[in-house]
Amino acid sequence: MQKTWNNKAWFMVLPVLVLVAFSAVIPLMTVVNYSVQDTFGNNEFFWAGTEWFTEVLESARFWDALQRNLFFSGVILAIEIPLGIFIALNMPKKGLGVPFCLVFMALPLLIPWNVVGTIWQLLSRADIGLVGYSLARLGIPFNYASDPLHAWITVVVMDVWHWTSLVVLLAYAGLVSIPDSYYQATKIDGASRWAVFRYIQLPKLKRVLLIAVLLRFMDSFMIYTEPFVVTGGGPGSATTFLSIDLVKIAVGQFDLGPAAAMSIIYFLIVLLLSWVFYTVMTSSDAAN
Amino acid sequence: MDFSWMAWTLPTALFFLTILALLIGMGVWEYVSPGGNPRVGILRFETTRGDRLFVSLLGSAFIHLAWLGLGGPDLWWALALSVVYAVGVFKLV
Repeated sequence: MQKTWNNKAWFMVLPVLVLVAFSAVIPLMTVVNYSVQDTFGNNEFFWAGTEWFTEVLESARFWDALQRNLFFSGVILAIEIPLGIFIALNMPKKGLGVPFCLVFMALPLLIPWNVVGTIWQLLSRADIGLVGYSLARLGIPFNYASDPLHAWITVVVMDVWHWTSLVVLLAYAGLVSIPDSYYQATKIDGASRWAVFRYIQLPKLKRVLLIAVLLRFMDSFMIYTEPFVVTGGGPGSATTFLSIDLVKIAVGQFDLGPAAAMSIIYFLIVLLLSWVFYTVMTSSDAAN
Repeated sequence: MDFSWMAWTLPTALFFLTILALLIGMGVWEYVSPGGNPRVGILRFETTRGDRLFVSLLGSAFIHLAWLGLGGPDLWWALALSVVYAVGVFKLV
């Protein structure tokens, strides 16, 4: 079919461009401007060149936070993606159970981040929290405030509780869009449950899983509110992720120059990893 | 309008004007030769010239950061290396 080229269509994109300019491009430009200057407030700036970038790149604190973030995102993806697919596969496709399951799954997504943090902070407390108290009764002295491993477990379980639903809903949407004829063909061929999943469902889920992986990676890599509410980045700096460290530098210490330089490096890492994920998944899709 | 809150400096303004000039240049290139010239290069997946510009800019940013971290604050060599890298990307990727 011949495509119709109409350059007037560009005007339809104009509102989005204006919106993106105000919400993303102008703030990003300002951050770049701040990253090469120093300020003590009162709108006065002093040229610092690349000093803040060098400072961030030479800071062990930055590399430690980056490692923690990469590890956290890896753990989150390794748990939430398979778990989300597993739950979606076992959800009912017809009947009254469908709306019930969908609403039930959507509930954690509707809860604000700081409320999720507060819920899990309370749940994990050994004196009054259901989880913490139950573990203490079982003889496991769970204390997320003093043990780095317990703090990590709390933060990971909290994120899995909050965000696996997103993967479930995306995977479920992908599964219900597979035509019945595929399943009928597999029945005729006598395919096993695993073969149906491997050769029919998984390839058909690839696009939604790409969105799920990208969203969960970007979100987990930029996580701030939940761990900040539960652990405050501690104990010590065990759960200090890049965003928590960034806020400490920018707001706590009012070092806007180093914070801006760190923001740009952080942004470039997110951009690079997202591009790698996107490219790997779309190119394998095209190859198939 | 007062843009002093954005803390503009001449080098950052020149940086963004360069990016803008590149985008306008890509727009003109697309107008002259529509379609984005998709091809499969050494990375073995299809890229358009927009993809190649993105890879060039992103790679250049990391070249500059690596130079700062490993070399020093003199970024002219990093800039030269980035130009060579971008030419390589547009020729081979």
